[in-house]
Amino acid sequence: MMQITEFNWVSGLLGGLLIGTSATVLLAFNGHIAGISGILNSALSSGFSEVWRWLFLAGLLAGGGLYESVVGPLPATPVSTIALRAGYAYAPWAMLVGGFLVGFGTRMGNGCTSGHGVCGLGRLSLRSLVAVVTFLATAIVTVFVTRHILFW
Amino acid sequence: MKQNLVALISGVLFGLGLGLSQMIDRERVLGFLDVTGVWDPTLLFVLGGAVSVTVIAFRFVLRLPHPFYGENFSLPTQKNIDRRLIFGAVIFGVGWGIAGYCPGPSLTALVLGIWNPVLFVMAMIAGSLTYKWVSTRLEWGEFARSNVSKDLPFDVPPGNSRS
Repeated sequence: MMQITEFNWVSGLLGGLLIGTSATVLLAFNGHIAGISGILNSALSSGFSEVWRWLFLAGLLAGGGLYESVVGPLPATPVSTIALRAGYAYAPWAMLVGGFLVGFGTRMGNGCTSGHGVCGLGRLSLRSLVAVVTFLATAIVTVFVTRHILFW
Repeated sequence: MKQNLVALISGVLFGLGLGLSQMIDRERVLGFLDVTGVWDPTLLFVLGGAVSVTVIAFRFVLRLPHPFYGENFSLPTQKNIDRRLIFGAVIFGVGWGIAGYCPGPSLTALVLGIWNPVLFVMAMIAGSLTYKWVSTRLEWGEFARSNVSKDLPFDVPPGNSRS
């Protein structure tokens, strides 16, 4: 029997709706795909010649900050009662190795969960579907190995 | 100028969404990927919510002759499923499973004032630049661009390649 942790589907869904809306806004007004790895890589490549990418990335931080300081603490905001802040525990090797692979792989594969997942699936792209299934399956296998075989 | 404001607003909405959905907490993400352990369905609702919006809204948006503030849509042109895509997705998947972060959440998590996202983002940028360097030096082009369509158990529409 599968064990399921305590979670809040409302905050998850609402967050997802916001993300989908964000991607729609960027596409409808500016004509760009809200793929974070693509936006970051292009920003690094082209510098400040195209400012919009840096503004989007700044917005990512601003939005996060807005949530943490204003929206999150509001009593009406739906959140899970369980504090999973175990995820905040310092894990330097996981960050360095994982981060490197993510940066390398998303550049090679031209996308990540927002580019291929949110936008690619939204466009009904077969290429993105294949990418999403591949990286999801791989990530699941990886967690199985690290948690249940290697006990990291 | 209007485009810049839109980019900023879009980013804020995205960051807000990532915060609200708790995707910046890597334990939530790893819990979703840990299907044989104590499973956390949160990410399913996040992705489900996001794709529900885009699958419907993109249909209408992409019928427009051009975006509201732009001359044309900047959409990916590649359609074929090549080794580069698959290998890239696999490598990304391994990294994601190890760290519990992918690009978006890691950047937004920088506001948390903890070291994890800082290290991750630095390594992610290093990895991205390394791929760029490696791909221009290895004789990787032909191998990377070769279609894996014939290996797949379903039909793939013919597409145009781009290096």
